[in-house]
Amino acid sequence: MTISKWTTLKTLFVGIGLAGAAASPALAQKGLDEPFQGAFKESLAGKTVAYVPVAMNFDLTEGWFAGLKKELEPYGVKVIVRDPNWSTNAGAQAVTTLISEKPAVMVIHNPDVQTYAKLLQRAENEGIYVIQINMGSSYRSSAFVGANWIEIGERDTEAVVKACQGKSNKIAIIQGALSAAASAYTLKGVENVLAKNPDIKVVSSQAADWDAAKAKAITQTVLKQNPDLCGIVGFWDGMDIGTAAAVKEAGLTGKVFVATSGGGERRGACELVKSGAFDLNLSYDVPTQAEQMAGMVKWLVSSGVKAGSIKGSMYTTLIPITKENAASDTACWNLSDLKK
Amino acid sequence: MGPRRIGQQGIVFAVFTALFVVFALTLRGFFTTENMLTLLQNVAVLGILGLAMAIVVIGRGIDISLIAALAVPPGLVLQMVQDGHGLPISLAAAFALTAAFGLVNGWLIAYAEVPSLFTTLASGLFLAGLGQAALFKLDVVQWSPGLDGFERLGQGNLLGIPMPIVMFAISCIAVAFLLRRTRIGAYIYAIGDNPYGARVTGIPTRPIIVLQYVLAAMIGCAAGLILAASVNSMPTRIFNSTLIYDVILVVVLGGIGLSGGRGGVANVIIGTLLIGTMLNGMTIMDISYSGQNLIKGVVLLIAVITDSFLNPRNEETAQQGDI
Repeated sequence: MTISKWTTLKTLFVGIGLAGAAASPALAQKGLDEPFQGAFKESLAGKTVAYVPVAMNFDLTEGWFAGLKKELEPYGVKVIVRDPNWSTNAGAQAVTTLISEKPAVMVIHNPDVQTYAKLLQRAENEGIYVIQINMGSSYRSSAFVGANWIEIGERDTEAVVKACQGKSNKIAIIQGALSAAASAYTLKGVENVLAKNPDIKVVSSQAADWDAAKAKAITQTVLKQNPDLCGIVGFWDGMDIGTAAAVKEAGLTGKVFVATSGGGERRGACELVKSGAFDLNLSYDVPTQAEQMAGMVKWLVSSGVKAGSIKGSMYTTLIPITKENAASDTACWNLSDLKK
Repeated sequence: MGPRRIGQQGIVFAVFTALFVVFALTLRGFFTTENMLTLLQNVAVLGILGLAMAIVVIGRGIDISLIAALAVPPGLVLQMVQDGHGLPISLAAAFALTAAFGLVNGWLIAYAEVPSLFTTLASGLFLAGLGQAALFKLDVVQWSPGLDGFERLGQGNLLGIPMPIVMFAISCIAVAFLLRRTRIGAYIYAIGDNPYGARVTGIPTRPIIVLQYVLAAMIGCAAGLILAASVNSMPTRIFNSTLIYDVILVVVLGGIGLSGGRGGVANVIIGTLLIGTMLNGMTIMDISYSGQNLIKGVVLLIAVITDSFLNPRNEETAQQGDI
C-alpha cells in the first residue's frame, strides 16, 4: 500500500464521519451519564463524620474543623465535634460514646499513643472508619493524615546546625509536654541529626509544657549562662513566642537561630517570621491537611471497603517558612478565610 | 506560739539561704547580677499572684480562680485591640470584667456563705469557659500592632531593672501598705484570725471579704497584663496549667498559714525567692521537667505539713469547708 492510498482512505472516513455527525445532531448533543457520581453522592448523603480533637479553640483544630465542614457539608455530610478540652479522660469517653452512636467516620486527634488505641480498634471492628490526624496512636487505622514529627525534628535541627557553622556550636532544645508523643517524636528527630553532628553541644534540653511563659523563663536562664548560644530548636510556635521574646530581650535576635514548627496560621507563623522572632517555622499547612482528611473521608465512604481492611498514611508535605516567603500570600493561611 | 512562729519563717529563710549558698558555690554562672535579675524576672508574675493570694488567705479564704482572672481579662484586651478597638477602651472593659468577677466571687462567699474553695473553683471554670466560648477566637491571643508600646510593661527596663521586677516591687509596697498601715488591712487580719469575733466587735466583715476578692482579681488581672506584655501574647490555656499550685506553694512556703490571720508581704517575698532559686538552679542544672515537678511537689508537701504542725487549726472557729 502506498501512502497516498492511506491518505485517501483517511479523508474518506473523516468525510463520512463529518457527514454522519451533521446528519444526526440529536445523538451528539445527548449527555453521557457518568456511572459513578450518583453512587458517590448517595454514599455520602446523610452520613455523619465525628471529629475528636484534643481541644478546640486553637489554630490547628479550628482549622481542621472548618476545612472538614467546608469540604463535606455540601455533600450532605454532617460533621459533629466532641471537644475534650485537653482532658484525655473526657476524650476517651467521647470516643466510647461515639462508637455506640455509629458515625460513618471518626476523625481522631490522639492526645498520646496509648489511650485511644484499643477504642479505635473496636470502632473499626464495628465498621466505623477511623482517620487519625497529626498524632497517631499505636493502632494503625484505615488512614493517618498528618505531620511527620521525626521529619520536623530533623529538618529544624539541620537548619540550626547549619546556622551554627563557624560559631559556638552550642544549642538549646525547648521541648513540649513530656506526655505528648508529638514532642517525643520530634525529640527523636533532633537526636537523629545530633548523632551525625557530634561537635554540636546541647547545653539545655527542657520541657516547657507547651507554655510560652515557661519557654521564656528557660530561654532567659539558658541565654544568661550561654550568651554565645547559636541556635534553639523549639517544638511548637505557640510556645516559642516566649522563646523568641527571651532572645529579643537579650538583644540576640538574628544571632541566635530560632527554628520551630506549627500549623502555619498567619499571625502565629508568617507574622512572627517576618518580625524576625523565628528564623524558620516548618508549617504543616492546616488547610491542606483538612482537605486531605476530607479526601480520605470521601474515598473511604464511597469505596465501601470494610473498615480496617486497608491501612495507609498521608504524611503532610511541610512548608518551610523563612524570611523569603513569609510575606507571600500563599505560605500562610487565615482562620477567618477558612471559616467563610 | 511566739517562738514557733519565728521558727516557721526562720526555717524557710534558712532553707532559702542554704540553697542559695550551695548554688552560688557549685553552679557556675548562678551568682551573677544578670542571673539574679533573670531569676527575679522569671518569678515576678508568680510573686504578684502570691500577693493577691496572700490578701485572701490572710482573711481565711482561698482564691482558686486567680488564674482565670490572670488569663481572661488580659486576653480580652489583646482580642479587642486585635479586633480594632482602642487600647484605653479595651483596658476599661477588662477592668470592668475583673471587678464584676471579683464582686460575684466576694458576694457568693461573704453573703451567700458558700465556702471560698468551692466558689472560686466554680467561678474560675466559668470565667475561663466564658473566655473560650464567647470572647476569644483562639486560645493563644496574639499581639497586634495596636498594642505597640504596651509591651514595655513586660519587656522594658527601669534603670537597668526589668519591668516585671519593678512591678513586683511596686505591688509589694502597695499590698504591704494596705495590710499594715490601713484600717482595712487590720480588719482583714481580724477576720482571718476569728471571723465571728471580728463581726461581734463591729467590723463590717462581709464588705471587707468582698473587697478582698475584688482586690485579688484586680491584682491577678494586672499580673496577666505583665505576663502578656512579656511573652507578646496571652496563652489563655494557662488556666489549665499547674500555676495555681505554684501560687499556693509560694504563699504556704513563705509561711502564711492557710488557717488565716497570719503572715504578710515578707512571707510572699521569701516564698517567691525560694521558688525562684529552685527553678533557676534546676534549669541551670538541666534537670528534666518531671524531676522538677517531683522536687517541687516534695517541697510543697513538707511546707504544708510544717504549716499544719506550726499553725494548727483553730478548733473554736474552724468549720466545714474551711481549708
